Amino acid sequence: MDTLILGLPVAYYIAMVAKVLVAFVFVLLTVAYATYAERKIIGHMQVRLGPMRTGWHGLLQPIADGVKLFFKEEIVPSQASKFAFLIAPLVALIPAFISFAVIPFGDSVTIGGYTVPLQIAAYYDEAGKQVFDINVGVLYILAMASLGVYGIVLAGWASNSKYSLLGGLRSAAQMISYELAAGLAIISVFMLSESLSLHKIVADQAGGAWYAFKQPFAFIIFFICSLAEINRTPFDLPEAETELVSGFCTEYSSMKYAMFFMAEYANMITVCAVTTTLFLGGWHGPAFLPGWFWFIAKVYFLIFLCMWIRATYPRYRYDQLMRLGWKVFLPLTLVNVMATGLWVMFISK
Amino acid sequence: MIMPLIKGLQITISHMFKKPVTLQYPTERPDVKPGFRGLHALNVSHDKAKCVACYLCPTVCPAKCITVEAGEDANHDKYAAKYEIDMLRCIFCGYCVEACPVDAIRMTEQFELANYSRADFTYTKERLLEKK
Repeated sequence: MDTLILGLPVAYYIAMVAKVLVAFVFVLLTVAYATYAERKIIGHMQVRLGPMRTGWHGLLQPIADGVKLFFKEEIVPSQASKFAFLIAPLVALIPAFISFAVIPFGDSVTIGGYTVPLQIAAYYDEAGKQVFDINVGVLYILAMASLGVYGIVLAGWASNSKYSLLGGLRSAAQMISYELAAGLAIISVFMLSESLSLHKIVADQAGGAWYAFKQPFAFIIFFICSLAEINRTPFDLPEAETELVSGFCTEYSSMKYAMFFMAEYANMITVCAVTTTLFLGGWHGPAFLPGWFWFIAKVYFLIFLCMWIRATYPRYRYDQLMRLGWKVFLPLTLVNVMATGLWVMFISK
Repeated sequence: MIMPLIKGLQITISHMFKKPVTLQYPTERPDVKPGFRGLHALNVSHDKAKCVACYLCPTVCPAKCITVEAGEDANHDKYAAKYEIDMLRCIFCGYCVEACPVDAIRMTEQFELANYSRADFTYTKERLLEKK
C-alpha cells in the first residue's frame, strides 16, 4: 500500500482501472437496454406491446439485435471516401463514451482503508481529506459533446450521397445553434457554484438545494437544447427517416451502423448524466440508499423522460428548429445569465 | 404554448397504462365474429354437393375467380363436374354466397390461406367440399 508510482499509491491505479471498467460496462449495458426500454415504453404508450418474442417479454432483444448487426455484410459504397467513411463511426462513438470520465456517479467509498471517489478522473487526498477531480470538468464535457458532431458530418460527407450530406449538414447547423444556448444555460450554474469542477457542483447541491430549483429556466432550456444536440426527437432532423432516409447513416451497414446507434444512445445517457450532475443534485438523495443508486435513478428517470418526449411530439420543421434555437432559447438564456449575474452581484452577497 | 405540450405528455403517459391491443397472433387466436368471410365451402346434402351448376356464382363474381363446368349424373340431374376457386384472385366479397339459389356455397371462418406454390391456391371441388 505504501509503494508509490509517480507519487500515487498502487491502490489508486487499481481503483482507477476498476472504475473505468465498471463505468464503461455499465454504460454499455445501459445503451443496450435503453434501445429495449425505448421500444417497450413507446410501444406501451402507443397501446402496443413492443418486443415480446426474444426471451421473456423480449428481454434478449438487444443481444439478438447486436448479434444480427455483427453478422451483417459490410458495405462500403464504391464512390465513398474510404478512410473517412470507416473512421466516422468511431469519431461519433468515442466522444459519446469518454464524457463519463468526469461525471461523478457517487460520493467517495472506502474500501480496505483506501478512499475511492466514485468519479473516474478524481482522487482522494488522504492528507487534506478532500476529493480532487479535474477542475474544468464541464468544459471537458462540452468539448466532447461538440466532437461528436464531427463523426456525423464526416459520415455524411464521406458517404458521397445527397441524403447523407444533407443529414450531416443539418446536424452540424443544429448542434452549433443549440450548443450556444446549452452553454449559456450552464453558465448560470457556474455563477452560483463558482467552480467548473463537477464534484464541487454536486457537493454544493447537498440537502435538496438542487440547481434545478434555483435555476428552473436554465434546467429546462439545457435539457431541451441537449435533446437537440444529441439529435433526439423532436429535433431528430439529421436522421429524419421519412425525408432523408436515415440521413447521415443511409450508406452504413453492419457494425458501423451499430456504432452510430450506440453513439446516439450513449449520448443520450451522457446528457442525462450531465443534467443530473448539474441540475438534479447528482448523487444526493435520502440517505437510506447509497449515492450511486440515486444518481442512476435520476439518470434513468431522465432517459425515461427522453423516451416519453419521443413518444409525444412530432419532429420540428427545419426553419422552426433554427428559429427556436436562435430567436427563443438564445435570448432567454442570455436574460437568465444577466439575471443570475445581477442576483449574485447584488443580492446573494 | 406550454399547456398543450404538457397535455400531450399527459395523454401519452395515460396510454402507457392501458391494456395493449396487440394480439400475440400464433399463440393467441383472434375472435372470429359471425358473418366472417373466410375460405369457401361447398355444402353437402345426401352425400353430394348441393351445387346444380347454374353458373350464377361465376357470373356475379367480380374477380372472375370461380370456374364451373356442368355435368349430367346418372339421374339426368345437372351437377358441377368441375368447381374451382382461384384464391389468388378471390376478394372474399361473398357475392357467390348471396347469388346461390340452392344454398350450395358458404364462407367459413378459416382465414389462414398461406401456401407454398401457386398451384396450391387453386381450390378444387374436393378441397372445397364440406368436411364431415
